[in-house]
Amino acid sequence: MKYTFSGGYHPPDGKSFSEKMPIEKMPSPKIAAIHLHQGGRPSKAIVAVGDEVKVGQPLSEADGFMSVPVHASISGKVKAIAKITDAAGNKTDAVIIESDGKGEMYGGVGEKVDYSQLTADEIRNKIAAAGVVGMGGARFPTHVKLSPPAEKKINYIILNGVECEPYLTADDRLMQESPETIIEGLKLIMKVVNAENGIIGIEKNKPESIKIMKDKTASMQNIKVIDLEVKYPQGGEKQLIVASIGKEVPSGGLPMDVGVVVSNVGTANAVYEAVALNKPFYERIVSVTGESITNPKNLLAKIGTPTSELIEYCGGVKEDVYKVVNGGPMMGAAMYSMEAPVHKGTSGILCLSKENAAVYEEQPCISCGKCVSVCPLKLVPTEIQMNVQYKRFEQAEKLGILDCMLCGTCAYVCPAKRNLVHYFNIGKAKIAEMKRKK
Amino acid sequence: MDKMLIVSANPHIRDKSSIAKIMYIVIISLIPAIFASYWFFGFRAIFLILVAIVSSVITEAAIQKFRKKPVTVYDGSAILTGILLAFNVPANIPWWIVMLGSVFAIAIAKQAFGGLGYNIFNPALIGRAFMLASWPVEMTSNKFWTEPYTGKTMDAISSATPLNLVKTALKDGSTKETVEILAEKGVGYWELFIGNVSGCIGETSFMALLIGVIALIILGLVNWRVPFFYIGTVFIMTWLMGYDPVFHILAGGLALGAFYMATDMVTSPISNNGNIIFALGLGFLTVSIRVWGGYPEGVSYSILIMNCLVPLINKFTVPKKFGFVKPKKA
Repeated sequence: MKYTFSGGYHPPDGKSFSEKMPIEKMPSPKIAAIHLHQGGRPSKAIVAVGDEVKVGQPLSEADGFMSVPVHASISGKVKAIAKITDAAGNKTDAVIIESDGKGEMYGGVGEKVDYSQLTADEIRNKIAAAGVVGMGGARFPTHVKLSPPAEKKINYIILNGVECEPYLTADDRLMQESPETIIEGLKLIMKVVNAENGIIGIEKNKPESIKIMKDKTASMQNIKVIDLEVKYPQGGEKQLIVASIGKEVPSGGLPMDVGVVVSNVGTANAVYEAVALNKPFYERIVSVTGESITNPKNLLAKIGTPTSELIEYCGGVKEDVYKVVNGGPMMGAAMYSMEAPVHKGTSGILCLSKENAAVYEEQPCISCGKCVSVCPLKLVPTEIQMNVQYKRFEQAEKLGILDCMLCGTCAYVCPAKRNLVHYFNIGKAKIAEMKRKK
Repeated sequence: MDKMLIVSANPHIRDKSSIAKIMYIVIISLIPAIFASYWFFGFRAIFLILVAIVSSVITEAAIQKFRKKPVTVYDGSAILTGILLAFNVPANIPWWIVMLGSVFAIAIAKQAFGGLGYNIFNPALIGRAFMLASWPVEMTSNKFWTEPYTGKTMDAISSATPLNLVKTALKDGSTKETVEILAEKGVGYWELFIGNVSGCIGETSFMALLIGVIALIILGLVNWRVPFFYIGTVFIMTWLMGYDPVFHILAGGLALGAFYMATDMVTSPISNNGNIIFALGLGFLTVSIRVWGGYPEGVSYSILIMNCLVPLINKFTVPKKFGFVKPKKA
């Protein structure tokens, strides 16, 4: 049986730069800037300028259910709490820590605990306290995802090991180097929502990961590893669900409506670390890659490390660098400032050359229909785009702009090089604004 | 790093396709048909094609210059319109008619609507309709239809097209089978297939056009549904009505229309289902005109009529959204 979804496209995957590079622990930065807004809603700082903090110490507390705390990733002194440019180019509040170079751990952080007796609620609280968010890029608070209303029975937990974004190899390396912690994390997630089945979906272009995960789960009746056809955007929640179990999440609905919770393999690992090692989310794996970086690497980097330090650690950029992207090339954000720090969703830092990241002049749509045939959500991207361009937002909404997940497949294949996603961003924002006014 | 970097919306990588590439590939796919036109109608065919290309390109550039718009003749679309327009004329037509047809096609059918991507009708077919309306004698009279150039004689002989021949014979009450009518003129299925019959310079060779369109289908530049359902409808309708379906497919401009005119991306529907409806309509109209209409041929008018319906077809064939749930009745 072939596991996949309809629509989509397979761009050249560019994984060869970093797929063979083992995860390397990057030295702590001298200064770390940790944004208080790391998924969900912003959190409230609980430290003051001048405070001494240790690695893993909470810097903030959740502001409501939809918020997660952030933790110190280095030990040292809080130098300032100020607005710092983030990866998306916005200036938002961050706690800035100056390192004392000692790397002292906060009490209990990293110590193995017996977690076999914990109840579902206790596990969920530990996940929330550790500040775990979705590591695929969207940074949705994990504890919220793991709190479905009582009437929604969850049957499947699907771990997303697809990594369909070209270039990125962070999840691939993690699956090869730490399969046990991912599987333990999956079991913990299954326990929290009382799900019977676990599925780990991996695309066929990662044969080593598939083999290791299959070996490690061979004895487990309720956990299955499936090898998916290689196609972008299979890592989209809805695409992964339909590819793995054949169910379509209703438009406007959530995976829980079909009895599924999807979580990234990296997130499962973070869940394990939070529960079993009392380790909050203060570091993550970042693929620093692309044709314009000297030495591509997969780094275990501290949250708050400036992008420039990661790039320097990998030997700097080559002459032909044109664009630096935080995340994958299809959905990541082009960076304004190299000082923007690594955040909890930074799956990669891509240094792209002009040849691959060229910006084109838009030409008129020739109605070739390519965007329609690749749209994983079965929309008509060109018509939605035209409606936004001519400010017919209501018509754009009728055509399903709110279903669009901005995966960019349409813009990737467009021969007229139309900036479809740019218009979808505008359209979505305008429609949200219109709804607020009502 | 003191270099200025580029910031733009995702995706940050694009594939290498472009409108110009698409146009030039389509043009290359027409080489067998251009060669066939030379083979059967001689150098005159190449001359007319060149007249059409040059007039189209100059018209487009002049209008864009005059309107102070970027000149986009390098994208190949005007060249393609020129070739397709020239394919629609008989070999002995005066060259200035082809020139005026090309000017009209580009100026009125394409640029007046806003240029590439905004035209509702296929420009080459509008050019043909313009020529047919303005110089009906030169476009259709037997004097201007030439027998294919066989190499034996340099003098082209005028004769009727197979479609005209059969239609006239049936009108005159002939009870003979289509094959027999044709056989009297030395035309069989094979001649129709390779294009060794009289007709417009680019339309006669089914074989040459088929080679080109198969390449385009493989490259994903032509939606196979359009030629398949168009020709299929013509076949089934003529067969059910008691005509010779093979003749109706091979004769006239059906191959050129179904392979190259109806599949024009700009003037055909977007979705697959839309293209199927479009093709069924084309087949129905073509057979209707050929059987009941005053003209022996109906391909170009069918396509122009269906071009008008494309926005409507697009409106009613929006694909079902992923995860679409029927709104509950109140």
